[in-house]
Amino acid sequence: MGQHDTYDAIIAGAGHNGLTTACYLAKAGLKVLIVEKNDWIGGASVSRSLHDGWTYSNCSYVCSLLRREIVRDLELPRFGLQVIPYEGGASFTPDGDYFAYYSDHDALRREMFRHSPADVDAYERFSQTVIRQCRFIRPFLLRNAPDPSSLRPRDLNELLFLLKKAHGLGAKELGETLRFWTMSIGDFLDEHFENDLIKAHIAGAGIIGTGLGVYSPGTAYVLLHHYMGDVDGAIGAWGFARGGMGAIANALGACFEEAGGTIVTGSGVDQFLVKDGKTVGVALENGDTYQAPIVASNMDVKRTFLNHTETKHLPEDFTRAVKRFKIRGSSGKLNIALDSLPEFPAAPKGSPFLRGDMHCSQSLNELERAYDDWKEGHWSKDPYFDMLIPSQIDPTLAPPGKHMMTVFVQYAPYDLEVNGVRSGENWNDETRKAFADCVFDKIEVAMPDIRKHVLHAEIRTPWDIEKEVGLTEGNIFQGELTFDQLLFNRPVPGYAQYRTPIDGMYLVGSSAHPGGGVMAAPGANAAREILRNIGKGDLMPKHAA
Amino acid sequence: MSKTPTAVPVGAIPTPLYERMEAISTTKSWANWAGYISPLVLDTVEFEYFAIRNQSTLFDISPMHKYRISGPDALKVLNRLVTRDVAKLRDGRVGYALWCDEEGMVIDDGTIFRYTETDFLLCCQETMYSWLLDSAWGFEADIIDESHTIAGVSLQGPTTFSLLKEAGLGAVEDMKPFDLREVEPGLWVSRTGFTGDLGYELWTAWDDIAALWDRLWAAGGNWGLRAIGAEALNMVRIEAGFIAAGVDFQPVHTAMRLHRGRSPLELGFEKLVHFEKGHFNGRRALLQQREDGMKHHLVKIDIGGFKPADGSLIYHRKKKEVGHVTSGVWSPTMKQNIALAEFKAPYGKAIQDDLWVEIYVNEEGQWDKRIVPLTVVDKPFFQNARSRATPPKSF
Repeated sequence: MGQHDTYDAIIAGAGHNGLTTACYLAKAGLKVLIVEKNDWIGGASVSRSLHDGWTYSNCSYVCSLLRREIVRDLELPRFGLQVIPYEGGASFTPDGDYFAYYSDHDALRREMFRHSPADVDAYERFSQTVIRQCRFIRPFLLRNAPDPSSLRPRDLNELLFLLKKAHGLGAKELGETLRFWTMSIGDFLDEHFENDLIKAHIAGAGIIGTGLGVYSPGTAYVLLHHYMGDVDGAIGAWGFARGGMGAIANALGACFEEAGGTIVTGSGVDQFLVKDGKTVGVALENGDTYQAPIVASNMDVKRTFLNHTETKHLPEDFTRAVKRFKIRGSSGKLNIALDSLPEFPAAPKGSPFLRGDMHCSQSLNELERAYDDWKEGHWSKDPYFDMLIPSQIDPTLAPPGKHMMTVFVQYAPYDLEVNGVRSGENWNDETRKAFADCVFDKIEVAMPDIRKHVLHAEIRTPWDIEKEVGLTEGNIFQGELTFDQLLFNRPVPGYAQYRTPIDGMYLVGSSAHPGGGVMAAPGANAAREILRNIGKGDLMPKHAA
Repeated sequence: MSKTPTAVPVGAIPTPLYERMEAISTTKSWANWAGYISPLVLDTVEFEYFAIRNQSTLFDISPMHKYRISGPDALKVLNRLVTRDVAKLRDGRVGYALWCDEEGMVIDDGTIFRYTETDFLLCCQETMYSWLLDSAWGFEADIIDESHTIAGVSLQGPTTFSLLKEAGLGAVEDMKPFDLREVEPGLWVSRTGFTGDLGYELWTAWDDIAALWDRLWAAGGNWGLRAIGAEALNMVRIEAGFIAAGVDFQPVHTAMRLHRGRSPLELGFEKLVHFEKGHFNGRRALLQQREDGMKHHLVKIDIGGFKPADGSLIYHRKKKEVGHVTSGVWSPTMKQNIALAEFKAPYGKAIQDDLWVEIYVNEEGQWDKRIVPLTVVDKPFFQNARSRATPPKSF
C-alpha cells in the first residue's frame, strides 16, 4: 500500500531545472508534486557536508549561466540565494612560473605582454568575437527553439526571430558564426594566439563536461556555452553561490513550498505511467503511485525513456534517436578539506588570481593527449583540471583559517578499462585512489605541499555521478553540447520544445534546449510550454527589455 | 607686532587613514568628501560591493561632521532641533533623525548618539555648527565641534562580528542594533551603518584611528576584509532603502533655488515626526502640511528590465511626467532593478498604477530608449535576518 494522491502536475527529479519548472507551475496555481530519489534535493546543484565543519559543492561548483530573469521571477534572493562573483584565475607551470588571468584589464594586458607581446592585441580580437557570439546566442536561451518544419504561428515567429537575428549579422559575420559553432576550440585559439600556455588556459572552457578533445569539432561552441552566462550582466563572469551550489536548489525548494508545492524525497520514479498514449502519473520505487495529467521528467532523455518508460509507448524512430543521443561521461571531481591555505611558491602572497580558477595545463597538445587517454578507457595521465578554493571568498564553507578546494578533473571515463575490460564496475577504492593520486601529482605543480594540507577528500568519477545524481554515464550536461544535439535537435529531432511522444509528458532537464549548466532555462522554458498547453500561458511572467 | 597667518591648505586634504588606503588603492579614484580625500573605489566596485554583502569591509567615515551637545539642557536642545522625540532614546543608544527649518523643510539627516541625558553626539553630512548654536539659544548647553577630533571607521558585512572577536573586541557580542558602547577606554562602538547588513561603526580619537585600522586589518585575514569606497557603499544603501543628502533630497540650507526643500513627511518619515513631544523646529509647518497634503512623495520602486534608471523621468500612462528617479541601481544581491524616486503627489502614493520609467541607455555610441514599468515597494529591498540577530552569527 502506498500513496495514491492526485496532482495537477508531477515533476520527476528535484534538480535545479525540475525545481524551476515546479516553481513556475505552482506559482501559476497548479497543485504540484516533486518526487526525488535522493534524501535531499538539488540533483547536481547541491551542497553536502561530508567532513565535519566543511561544506562541499560536490557536483556543480560555480555559477554564471543561471538566468537572472528566473532568479528575479522566483525571488530567489528572498529565499537565501546570494551569488558572489570571483575574479580571474591562473595556469601554473612546472618551471615555477604562471600565467595569471587578471580580472583587471590593464593587469591582464601586462601579463599577456610578459608571456607573448603579440597575444595582447590578439586577445582583444578574440574577446570581441566571443562576446559577439554570446550576444547573438543569449536571446535564444529563454525562448523555445523553433520547430523548422512546423507551420504553427508560434514556430514561424520563433523561426523568423532566428532568421532576423542571423540576417542581421551580415554575410561575413554569419559565416564566422557557422564556423564558430562547428569548429574546434584548438583551431580557433591557434588562429588567434601564439603562446601555448595562454591557449591552454583559455581552452579549458571548450572541453569542460564534454567527451571531446580540444581539436574535436564543436568544442568552440562549448567554450561559448561557458562564456555566455553572466553575473549581473558582466558577460562571461562566474561566481559562487554563497553556501555552495545547494543554495540554488534550496532557494528554489523554499520558493516552491511557499507557493504550495509538495516535495517527496527518498524514492525515485520506477515507471512513468502511460495509458492510451497519455501520461497518467508515476509509480515510485517504494510502490507509491501518484496521478497527474501532466508529468515532467527532470532526468536526462536516456534515463527517462530507456529506463523508466515502457518502450511500447514510444515511436520506434524516437527510441532509436534516444538511444543514439550522445551523453558520455568524461569528468571526475575531487572535493577537498584543507587544514590551511596551501603555499603557491610562484605567486605573490594574496594574489587576486588565487581566488579564481586555477589550472596546470601547459599546451593544447597536452590537452589533446589527455583526451586520447580517455578514448582508450583510462583517466588522463596528465589531466586537465579546473581548481578553485571558494572558501577564500565564501566564509560559510570551512572553519576560519581552513579551506575547501574543488577540483574538476578531465578526462575520466565512465567505463574504466582494466585488463581489457571496460566497465563502470572497475571503479573501486583502489582505482579511485590511483586516479586521485594522478591529479594530486599535477596539483603539486602549483602547490608543492598540497598533500600535507589534505584533511579529507571526496573522489568522484562519472560512475559515481551516475549512481548518485542519476546523470547517465555521469555526463554533467545531460547530453553533449554539439551542434547535432542543439536547438531544434535537442534532445532529438522532432521532439524539441520539451514535448515527448507521450501526451502530457515533458522533458524539463538539460537534455532539452538550451542545454546544460546551472542555467534553469530548460526548466523555465518547459514551464512556459506546459502552461501554454493548458491555456494558462498568460500566467508565465514576461520580461521587460 | 605683525601676525604670521597660517595659510589654509588648498584642495582636498588627507584623513589619518589616507596613507593606508593609498597603499592599497589600485584605481586611484578619489572624491572630495567635506574637504577630505575619500575613496570612490579602491579596487573594483563589484568586489567591494560583494565584500559588504558577503564578508567584511572598512570605510573611512572620519570626514563626517560630529557635534558634541552637552549640558543640563542638552536633551531639550536636541528635542527642539530634530523631529523625533529624543527623550525616548535610552542612554547608550543611537537614533536616526532629521531636522527642519521653520518651514518644515529638511536641513539634514544624521544619527544622534546618546551617552547620557546630558551628553550627546550628533553625526551628519553637512556643517551644522551655527545652526546648532542658534538652536541652543536660551538653553544651558555647550556645542562643541568634534569633527576634527573624533575619527571613525565603518566596519560592515556578515563576518564583522567574527572579525571584531578576533581583534579582541568580542565585548560587542550582546550589542543590539543601534546600541552604543565604550568597549575600551576611548574606543566607542555603535552597531550602526549605512548598509542594512550586520555592521558596526567604531569611533576614536583622530590620532588613534590609524592604529585601530591596523588592528582591524590584522584580524581581517580570515574574514575577507576589504577596504571600500563610496561607490560600493552607495549601492548597498539604496538596497537598504536609505536616503542620501544632496541626492534623494536637497538640504534646504544649501539649495540655491526656491522650492527645492522637502519635508520629512514627503521623504516618507512620518514615523520619525513626533508632534506630541512639544515644540520643535518646523512643527507648525509640518502640522499644516499634514492637514493640506504633501506636494511630493519619495518612494522605493522596483523597475522592469536590467538597465539602471538613475536620473530617469517617470510618466503616468506613458504620457504625463510625474516624477524622476533620484537614486537607481541594479541590485546584484536581490537581482532587481531598484531605485528611490520622487513623485509629484498624488503619484507614487495614491496613484501607483500605470507608472513608467523612461531609461536612456548608451550602447557603444548608440542611444536607445527603454520604457519600462515600475512597482512601488514599501519595504527595504534588502532585508536579512543576520543584520538583526543578537548575538550575531559568525558569517
